[in-house]
Amino acid sequence: MDVNLLINAVIAGLLLGGFYAAVTAGISISFGMLDIVNIAHPAFILLGSYIAYSLNVGFGIDPIAASILMLPAFYALGAFVYQVYYVSFEKFGQESLRGLAFFFGLLFVTEVILLLIFGVDYRSVNAAYIGSSLSIGPMEFPLRLLVPCVVALAMFAALEVFLSRTFIGRAVMAVSQDPTALRLMAVDPTRIKRIAFAISIATASMAGAILIVIQPVIPSVGRDYIGRIFAICVLGGLGSLPGTLIAALLLGVIESVTSVFYGPSWAPAVSFGILLLTLAVRPSGLLGR
Amino acid sequence: MRTPVFVLLEIVAGAALFLILRAVNNDYLFFAGYTVLQFIVLSTAWNILGGYCGYVNFGSAGFFALGVYTSVFLYTVNQNLEELMPESLLPLMQAIFPLPLPVLILLGGIVAGLVGLGTGYLTLRLRGVFFAIATLALAVVLQTFVVNWSFVGGSRGAYVIPPSTVPVLGPYIQYLFLLMLLLVILSVTCARLIERSRLGYGFATIRDDELAAEACGVPTLRLKLIATVLSGALMGMAGAPFPYYIGYVEPGSAFDLSYAVNSIAMPMIGGTTWWAGPMLGAVLLGTLQQIATVTISSAVNLLIVGLLLIGFVIAAPDGIVGLWHTWTSRRSKA
Repeated sequence: MDVNLLINAVIAGLLLGGFYAAVTAGISISFGMLDIVNIAHPAFILLGSYIAYSLNVGFGIDPIAASILMLPAFYALGAFVYQVYYVSFEKFGQESLRGLAFFFGLLFVTEVILLLIFGVDYRSVNAAYIGSSLSIGPMEFPLRLLVPCVVALAMFAALEVFLSRTFIGRAVMAVSQDPTALRLMAVDPTRIKRIAFAISIATASMAGAILIVIQPVIPSVGRDYIGRIFAICVLGGLGSLPGTLIAALLLGVIESVTSVFYGPSWAPAVSFGILLLTLAVRPSGLLGR
Repeated sequence: MRTPVFVLLEIVAGAALFLILRAVNNDYLFFAGYTVLQFIVLSTAWNILGGYCGYVNFGSAGFFALGVYTSVFLYTVNQNLEELMPESLLPLMQAIFPLPLPVLILLGGIVAGLVGLGTGYLTLRLRGVFFAIATLALAVVLQTFVVNWSFVGGSRGAYVIPPSTVPVLGPYIQYLFLLMLLLVILSVTCARLIERSRLGYGFATIRDDELAAEACGVPTLRLKLIATVLSGALMGMAGAPFPYYIGYVEPGSAFDLSYAVNSIAMPMIGGTTWWAGPMLGAVLLGTLQQIATVTISSAVNLLIVGLLLIGFVIAAPDGIVGLWHTWTSRRSKA
């Protein structure tokens, strides 16, 4: 085994892991903390990718800056989706079967709409940092992975600070544990859940922009991420952001090493293996409650 | 209605349908009808686990593709029999191969059922969502395996050339249609039997309150596994004749997400608690899609399915059957 190759595979994996953390952050909030199984999350991420693409191609805006501009729009979209979900399912306690079908339909519809608008060609963005890389000794840091990783980690840190320090953030943590107690503290659980869900969709905007910086996208690419996202979320322990980060880095490294030594077409199988193994051995995850 | 009478009625209805289509004598009707029948099998199979037990399976495409690729595998084995088999086994194998289509269907069902058993055993002990997520990921991983498995064509795909005619019936598509019709009868009978048996009541307790069911001594895990295996096997059986229908299979078409969406949307739109619900949904939605594919485009028809699914789960949670019940009970009150 070539040591240089291994080192670079691990570095690429860590950088990829940072990106996975950003992709999973939204699910970690909605599925882990709010018990809303939003399997449409990858579709929202792709929506973010295509919006960043349109802004980049149309106006020459940097994709990551574009995604930050779009945060309020995604926040509003998330609040709207949650409102529909709440009125139609959660209020009657019917969220399990029908809620899942609802999000699955949403996933599918978003994908088809993107397909109708943008077609099946691969789309990619232009930015100054795509293409060049930073080398330290034998180690290569491709900037198209490094920049997204840094942005992802910054977003992740901001989320963690928000959730653990601010009043609303703490209320989000509380609503996942005991909504009734929260109501006794004169906080409306539905409002808190709406805010939290909207934030989770807002992260999809940034994750989408990062995705299209890392690789060209087609509408169906979102599906490949479903397995990964949930594998990371479950492995990290539901609702634990630090756990999610560790799990994301772990999965990134394992996938990267697998694809370097066994071929990239095997990489999608890794996440499923990890998911099944976690569910079978330790369903509460690495840092589960 | 007793089950033998019901099966007899189904056979009469099926035979009538077949004879009418034969009298019209248009091959397109058989091609389109095959797709609709295939959807009836898929949605009825999905409903055994999804509608009766309340466990959502997003991996219908994966189970379907297991059937498809079992057929492709055995077809390829038959093509290369002389290289693959040792001298001593060759005469025996040449006597067995090529396997008749009904045997392929059975084998496809067994393979898909076993995979269902394995996945279910690992994930069904946890909350329902984990199973749902695992099935979604299962489809992706099975696709990865097929893409990497060059024997069955890998990502290039594989050609399966069906004979153009069969004895007695004539065109091969009519034979496929007839087989799929038998599968419809099998799956609908199966669903109806379950609905009225102890098994069905057990499934219903799981759907309504799993904890209470467990506390009353219902062997929930075993029942869930039975449902998963049955449902997976039927999906695999629906997939097995597919290569012979389409002639060329590649992973993208066998694992198409539209199978997963359709097999969820159809029962949801028809109604999940009655055996006729999925059938109703499949016939309506399947026919609508055939029309939309021909007149508009296949992407738009998928959009219609997705929007209908969302619309129905929000506005009419019990599907068309539920709407009908509300309407009739309102009328009887008035």
